[in-house]
Amino acid sequence: MVETRGLSLPAARSWALPLRPVTALRAAIILGLGVIWQAISASGWLYRDVVPSLLTIGSALYAILSDPTFYFHLGTTAYEIAIAMVIGGLSGLAVGLLLGGSRLLSRAYEAYLYYLGPCPKIIFFPIMIMWFGVGPGSKVAMGAISCFFPVALNIAGGMREIDKVLIRVGRSFRANTWQMVTKIYLPAMRHPVINGVRLGLGVALIGTLLAETKLSNRGIGFLVIQAYSIFNMPQMYALLIILFVIAIGANALIGQLGGLDDIKAS
Amino acid sequence: MTASGAKDRFLPAALGIGSLFVFVALLELLIRGGIINRFIVPMPSDIIAAFPRVVIEEHVLQRFLLTAGEAFSASILVAIVGVAGGVVLHRYHLLRLATETWVAAIAAAPLVLMYPLYLVIFGRSALTIVMMGFTAGLAPVILKTLEGLLATRRVLINVGKSFNLTRSQQFWKILFPAALPTIFVGLRLGLIFALINIVGVEFLINFGGLGQLINELAERYDLAGTYAAICFVILVSIGVFLFTERLERWLRPVG
Repeated sequence: MVETRGLSLPAARSWALPLRPVTALRAAIILGLGVIWQAISASGWLYRDVVPSLLTIGSALYAILSDPTFYFHLGTTAYEIAIAMVIGGLSGLAVGLLLGGSRLLSRAYEAYLYYLGPCPKIIFFPIMIMWFGVGPGSKVAMGAISCFFPVALNIAGGMREIDKVLIRVGRSFRANTWQMVTKIYLPAMRHPVINGVRLGLGVALIGTLLAETKLSNRGIGFLVIQAYSIFNMPQMYALLIILFVIAIGANALIGQLGGLDDIKAS
Repeated sequence: MTASGAKDRFLPAALGIGSLFVFVALLELLIRGGIINRFIVPMPSDIIAAFPRVVIEEHVLQRFLLTAGEAFSASILVAIVGVAGGVVLHRYHLLRLATETWVAAIAAAPLVLMYPLYLVIFGRSALTIVMMGFTAGLAPVILKTLEGLLATRRVLINVGKSFNLTRSQQFWKILFPAALPTIFVGLRLGLIFALINIVGVEFLINFGGLGQLINELAERYDLAGTYAAICFVILVSIGVFLFTERLERWLRPVG
């Protein structure tokens, strides 16, 4: 009993800490970083405009968000990522189900996916340009390739974790393949699916945007590289802030949806 | 080994390799037959033939060493700063509560998109590539170091306390050795992230080693050479991945 209490003490203490010191420290860190940034900006240690003042970045952020053409570029990138997610996600789902459902196929092919997964996908971009042209097709292809691997590997792994009893129940009801997939496999492995989609979205976003920075005339990646080429640093910072907020927000949202699912189930 | 055991072991591998050969042979036939345009997809035999040319004429060894040097520099930085960051967050509880979610958010952010910013700050040089690799690999090392230190068994810490170990001795004799396998998982992730970003940025800014090679060959429209260089980078990535995986298994305690 004492032992248990002793073990649970650090965790209990961490949760029992009042919110205020943490919030105060966060505010202090943000404030400190802001002051350091402003000091560097005003000091002239770096080339002019490399570190613009926070006010200038704020103005650039406002200018971008109130410019209708930004939303055209945002829409283009969102469209490319959405199509990439559909293509890469669905093909990853199909391959993951196949590999997870067959021990032979898994042992024959999964190692290839496992080792190809961590390769830098951007190196395939020249091939994608040759196959799909310089338009949005090659960016979609880059996003789809990036998204495919985490989705396929997560689903294959998740499928092997499914409780065998559930599979036997499905078979005893003589469920066909489609019913097995939609009624047993996918609901039973919602966590790996959500995790795969989350990882897939992150890498699809990177793949698509990097491709846009390399060769494009539209999209957020194009805006970033355009800001670089005309040395518009406040605009570049503002675009990066918007991108990070979107990426981290989308990641947190998908994670939260997965968490909400848990709460509902319990 | 029984016959069924051998079959069970070698059949999947044979199926995997056999499928790869069949795919390559089919591709060759389709291109030779004119069904696939050879100006878009070169013949696999041409790609294989391009390998020695790319290796010798394009100085692949020097390029490989350059990329490896950049990856090594970034990894050293990642290891020093990442492990130190994890230790600091473990040591200062309030700081951990305030910043751990930020570090996790940074790990999920598309940091590689900052490369134009790094180009402005560090110039079109190897430093930009190393710093990009460092930035990409840092967050997982911090998080894994923290995870490893937090997961140290209470009984080990109590043993240290019963021996009246100083804070420094407690860290070097108890916490750090206990956390080492998890720290290495983080270092492995950090190295892989760094390598991916280094090759990617080399390709994007057309500077450096293997990434630049692919870009140059593509710009020259040397199709077979481009495909051969891509295959080479994939082989290098797989080699690094396998090596770090083995090292991690070796470090991980048995059972």
